Amino acid sequence: MKTILKSTFILLAFAVIFSSCGKSEKQSDGILASNAAEKVYVKPGELDEYYAFVSGGFSGQLTVYGLPSGRLLKVIPVFSVDAEKGWGFNEETKPMLNTSHGFIPWDDSHHPDISQTVGEVDGRWVFINGNNTPRIAKIDLTTFETTEIIELPNSAGNHSSSFVTENTEYIVAGTRFSVPVPQKDMPIKEYKGNFKGALSFISVEPTHGKMNLEFQILMPGFNYDLAHPGRGNSHGWFFFTTYNTEEANTLLEVNASQNDKDFIAAVNWKKAEEYIKAGKGKKMPTNYAHNVYDEETHMATSTMKKEVLVLDPSELPGLVYFLPTPKSPHGCDVDPSGEYIVGSGKLSANLTVHSFSKMLKAIEGKKFATSLYNIPVINAEDIQAGVVQQAGLGPLHTEFDDKGNAYTTFFITSEVVKWKLGTWDVVDRKPTYYSVGHLMIPGGNSRKPSGKYLLAMNKITKDRYLPTGPEVTQSAQLFDISGEKMELLLDFPTVGEPHYAAGISADKVIKNSKKYYDLSKNKHPYVVKSEAETKVVRNGKEVHVYMTSIRSHFAPDNIEGIKVGDRVYFHVTNLEQDYDVPHGFAIIGANNAELLIMPGQTETLVWEPKQVGVWPFYCSDFCSALHQEMQGYVRVSPANSAIELKWSIGE
Amino acid sequence: MKKSKLVMIVGALLTLALFVFPLWNITLEAPQYPEPLGMDIWITKITDHNPHDIKNINLMNHYIGMRDVPTDLPEFKIFPIVILVMAFLGVIVGLIGNKKLYLSWGILMILLGLAGMYDFYLWLYDYGHNLSPHAAIKIPGQGYMPPLLGSKSILNFNAISLPMTGAYFLFAGIGMSFLSYFMAKKEL
Repeated sequence: MKTILKSTFILLAFAVIFSSCGKSEKQSDGILASNAAEKVYVKPGELDEYYAFVSGGFSGQLTVYGLPSGRLLKVIPVFSVDAEKGWGFNEETKPMLNTSHGFIPWDDSHHPDISQTVGEVDGRWVFINGNNTPRIAKIDLTTFETTEIIELPNSAGNHSSSFVTENTEYIVAGTRFSVPVPQKDMPIKEYKGNFKGALSFISVEPTHGKMNLEFQILMPGFNYDLAHPGRGNSHGWFFFTTYNTEEANTLLEVNASQNDKDFIAAVNWKKAEEYIKAGKGKKMPTNYAHNVYDEETHMATSTMKKEVLVLDPSELPGLVYFLPTPKSPHGCDVDPSGEYIVGSGKLSANLTVHSFSKMLKAIEGKKFATSLYNIPVINAEDIQAGVVQQAGLGPLHTEFDDKGNAYTTFFITSEVVKWKLGTWDVVDRKPTYYSVGHLMIPGGNSRKPSGKYLLAMNKITKDRYLPTGPEVTQSAQLFDISGEKMELLLDFPTVGEPHYAAGISADKVIKNSKKYYDLSKNKHPYVVKSEAETKVVRNGKEVHVYMTSIRSHFAPDNIEGIKVGDRVYFHVTNLEQDYDVPHGFAIIGANNAELLIMPGQTETLVWEPKQVGVWPFYCSDFCSALHQEMQGYVRVSPANSAIELKWSIGE
Repeated sequence: MKKSKLVMIVGALLTLALFVFPLWNITLEAPQYPEPLGMDIWITKITDHNPHDIKNINLMNHYIGMRDVPTDLPEFKIFPIVILVMAFLGVIVGLIGNKKLYLSWGILMILLGLAGMYDFYLWLYDYGHNLSPHAAIKIPGQGYMPPLLGSKSILNFNAISLPMTGAYFLFAGIGMSFLSYFMAKKEL
């Protein structure tokens, strides 16, 4: 009996120990989780530490998030029309979406990059590429609005874009699809040797940021996939990954995967400048749109440019070298020192790292393996800095921290792998949910990356959020990278495809952010700066309404004498000069969208009334306590009516 | 020159700072205005504390039927003359060097100041009570008069009324006239 009691007691004791073990494990899990929560918790009313500018991929826009909270702050319309903001619908912004193909209401926005001064992100502008109809846009970070879009001729699938050099000398944009240059009617199967890949260099005027397409380098007909600038010692060079060096024109998944090695093209753009100075560039007739939004007239203008300067690397020695890189490399990333160029062979298990200084030595010694289209190919062994062995499957992109580590995404194995520059040893790996593409470390494409956070952007989320039918959100995941091991902190949904992102410390941007537009500087041709100046003017079938909005009324708010068949332009000036007091303008039966007018701004909506009647308009942005009263009427008479134009308020 | 004379003259001249600095400030605080709205009252004008503040105060006030903040008041013509005359008299008094005159100048200045405050009170009362009968928001018995000095809650706003730099120069000037009186007494 005693022994039974004893053994029962011992068993009980074990049970207690085991169960308490289990408990303590669970508890420590809980502590970890709450720790992650604390790291991303930004108290109501407090501000995030970083801005993340996340591209919208097939949404065509640029989204602004705060980090570490992952709060969505703004969706900036760039390449796609946005009815919410009237972007591409109001008369002022329609020219922004003009191209050589006419008005284009959609694009695929991929790689945002922030302007730099002396190799550091400076928070003045964000640049982003439109893939489908090749364009580069500039977003002004004083207003968080798209203020310039330049179309790229001779380009197609503008993917290895839009990356910024150390002092924002150039925004560089390479073509993914090679095409006939100039375009012409020819058999597709004559691709090889006849198609060209254009690499575009767009200068940025240092004070006001005006862009100009300075020159294009017409490369062999490969696919130019991604790119990054050199920095430090390698400043003056630009590196582009290539695939389809086979120059296949059909079934690329097989035919462009045959060569064991493709190339990273190393382009010496300082040399290009020398050649241009020496008159070696050729002016080529072309046609592309350059669209500029003026902050004082609050209007965009689109200008068609007819000429581009081109350089042919097969005729200009020293301009381009090919660095053999295994298996259709995708990401092309340069470390903060500028010495290492990481090529991610997306069909390879290894990462290849080239050395810039070894590349220079090989060029000096003229040690070339061969040449292609008269462009020297350097021996792979001569430039190798190291190989990260068997790091994962499907390496795509690499970013760097401030402690000599690199972080690479692996699409197929769905993970981020941390490794050390110089030793090439893998230090840590963390899964992502799921199928990560790009990753972003604030200041990633610069000499001074931040070592605090890493944002991984996933293409697939499946079970990660509440289901929303067949289409589910894509996502971004925030990791803490301040320690030896990465720690997943947060997982948040995104707009469109979060293709790539650029991040910057918020204090560099906050101080420049505008609160409203200065009404006294408004030079819009249809501006009125007081209610006394408001009027309605008929010019044949065109009617121009010079209207104002201020809390809580429009002036005029009664308009008569409009006829069926008229084209009515409502030019609405928001007279407010206070922070965060936009007014909207919406009118029944408008075939376009609303206006959303910031304080001090003028915007124009065209309205073509088709039916006789008295039709209301109203303010669509909840502006004030009497927002509901902010409304008016337009009387529309038959086309042949003799009713005179009349407008009033308060009569 | 006796020190008391100098103190009197400098004190009289200090009042001229009212042409350089605002006299008074009224600030309106509300949760939606993390940067409060404010107007600076000078002897010659009323100005924005931050750009467009008065425009935004007027915008708020029109809902409750208050008139716009005046840009033009008769006081803006009278006050500068009074200050100029008093500063001039103060210098003369200082040059004469009569301690009784120092004291008289100081007392007269206080009386004028009190008259000014009373005038300011009347204006504030009228501004806060003389409301448009067509106001969108009418609250029976509610007045919107900002405080003469200190703070007061008016609907969603907290109104704060305080002297500004110019007023402190004025106080210092008056103070120095009294000081000069006591110094002159000792000097004898």
